Amino acid sequence: MTTTATRPGARVRAAIAARTLRTDRWWLAPLITVIGLGGWVAYATVRVFMHDFYWVEDYHYLTPFYSPCITDRCIPEAAHFGTYLPGWWIIPEAAFSLPLLLLFRLTCYYYRKAYYRAFWMSPPACAVPDGHKTYSGETRFPLIFQNAHRYAFYAAGLISVVNTYDAILAFHSPDGFGFGLGNVILVGNVVMLWAYTISCHSCRHIIGGRLKHFSKHPMRYRAWTFVSKLNVRHMQLAWITLGTLALTDFYIMAVSAGWFSDLRFIN
Amino acid sequence: MGAKRRFKVWRGDEAGGDLKDYEVEVNEGEVVLDVIHRLQATQTPDLACRWNCKAGKCGSCSMEINGTPRLGCMTRMSTFAEDETVTVTPLRTFPVIRDLVTDVSFNYEKARQTPAFAPPKDLAPGDYRMQQVDVERSQEFRKCIECFLCQNTCHVVRDHEENKRAFAGPRYFIRAAELDMHPLDAQEDRKEYAQASMGMGYCNITKCCTEVCPEHIKITDNAIIPMKERVVDRRYDPLVWLGRKIFRRDQLDEGVPHRCRPSWVRTRKGPKWSSKASTGTARCRGRRARRSTGPAGCRSPRSRSTGRVARRRSATMSSSPCRRRASTTPTPSGTTTERGHSVDGGAPEDIRGAFSASGTEAGRRRSARPPAATGRRAAPRCRASAAPRAPVPVARRRRAAPR
Repeated sequence: MTTTATRPGARVRAAIAARTLRTDRWWLAPLITVIGLGGWVAYATVRVFMHDFYWVEDYHYLTPFYSPCITDRCIPEAAHFGTYLPGWWIIPEAAFSLPLLLLFRLTCYYYRKAYYRAFWMSPPACAVPDGHKTYSGETRFPLIFQNAHRYAFYAAGLISVVNTYDAILAFHSPDGFGFGLGNVILVGNVVMLWAYTISCHSCRHIIGGRLKHFSKHPMRYRAWTFVSKLNVRHMQLAWITLGTLALTDFYIMAVSAGWFSDLRFIN
Repeated sequence: MGAKRRFKVWRGDEAGGDLKDYEVEVNEGEVVLDVIHRLQATQTPDLACRWNCKAGKCGSCSMEINGTPRLGCMTRMSTFAEDETVTVTPLRTFPVIRDLVTDVSFNYEKARQTPAFAPPKDLAPGDYRMQQVDVERSQEFRKCIECFLCQNTCHVVRDHEENKRAFAGPRYFIRAAELDMHPLDAQEDRKEYAQASMGMGYCNITKCCTEVCPEHIKITDNAIIPMKERVVDRRYDPLVWLGRKIFRRDQLDEGVPHRCRPSWVRTRKGPKWSSKASTGTARCRGRRARRSTGPAGCRSPRSRSTGRVARRRSATMSSSPCRRRASTTPTPSGTTTERGHSVDGGAPEDIRGAFSASGTEAGRRRSARPPAATGRRAAPRCRASAAPRAPVPVARRRRAAPR
């Protein structure tokens, strides 16, 4: 004889009045994210529309916020790839790269977590109710476009090549080859940008994550293992690159504006 | 003699309830579950709580401690300040049965809907050979103890009950990923199934499932995101799309097995997202459901074929309470659930019934059948057979595909 359920059919959750019973400081992480991302976006917006102090003539330093410089407003020496767009103030000098980089970061799996929690409150923290009546996630417009991350990754790879090119060109002085603190900052920024780009989840998948049989692709497996190690630090790299980008830009702006001079090691 | 500590424990059932205050002795080295047991022993013997192994391996004592989903047996009292009041409540996402015990059958329903492992047709059981490097990723997911903390904390269903129909949850995303990454799994439409029928698109990568997992499975990074990326491979990647056009390989309809092609699969033009998607075709639905549902509504080793606990349980199935309930043995006025979990506190008969093997819909249907039918393997209605068949031309398959 089997036991038959006699429990009423009602399926009711426990009646708990409090929206959350968490007693730890769950609000701290979203708050830090809001301050960090908000501050960075404010700084970047100001700098992008400043249209000045982005090129150091003596040492060929070009800030990543203006690379590649493609508007008519660009200083000719800084426009390594030609100018294609009019010099209206509303158009950033790096009108090609900035939207793509913004898309890359917006659709990044780490940043999604960060801004969904901090800005969209969906949810603000684990086991804390989200602030929306209904929820459809990334199943429909506009959030279905988060799937464009793959496109943005390819673009970010190309732009990292451009940043690398800029960093190499910056080994320059009026006497020829030169090397200073600006170069250290530029190269450090490029290394971090590559690390962030390569540690991307899309990259991890493309490199080898899509495979079913690692044993048949030993080289891709090794590459996947390497990217997986970086991928673990994707969040840290995301924040580090925000810092290095801002630092690089600020340093070049300061040198360009004459606030202080570049510390030179060679020439 | 330990110190007295303050506790708030949610007491109640479907009709309502409230947080009750207790002062209880706590000794060095104890965990929250120990304190719950002391409460039962000394102050409130009717407090209902599900537990079993006390070692963080059975996944039974899932509860919310100070608002955070955790295992009672793995939450040390030393992590709280001595003057802190510890609040213990049942899992919020699932219907409450009584006190700290919830009805987690939502998860079993989703388990039944998840397509099972499909080995290659030309490979007999026992001939499976895999290299360790190929199964490593899947093995991480097999650590799952099915505590359902991830399912509970996922805001998609925790805060939006209406999404339960369309959303399978993180636990079943790792199941889908495990099988999709399995070197011998021949069913190649799992990613599309996960997207269309399991509601993977609802996940917005906020990683709460990973945060609460007691087995430290990287659910988001190693299962959900790779599955999302696999969907992107098929649907959105510009280079893959170009390669498919130029080299005519990896066509979207080639991987979908003919015999049980889900109703939402539309050849060439991509899936037709239909509400029927979650159960597959009508022809295959019955077989799949029968295959994955254990005796009398218990989860069978196949449907719950993950985790060390599952393997241990399947090895001792003959003596498991699940099997006992499914047989004709009268149920003792028992304290054991269909998962073999203990339920303390003298739950009334109707509550124990809810835990019993027939507590689920499938179980009720099953128990209505003659006893002989319970253990009988149903004849397959699909044209599935182990014998290899000649490949079916694409045009014919397209006609044959159920719409």
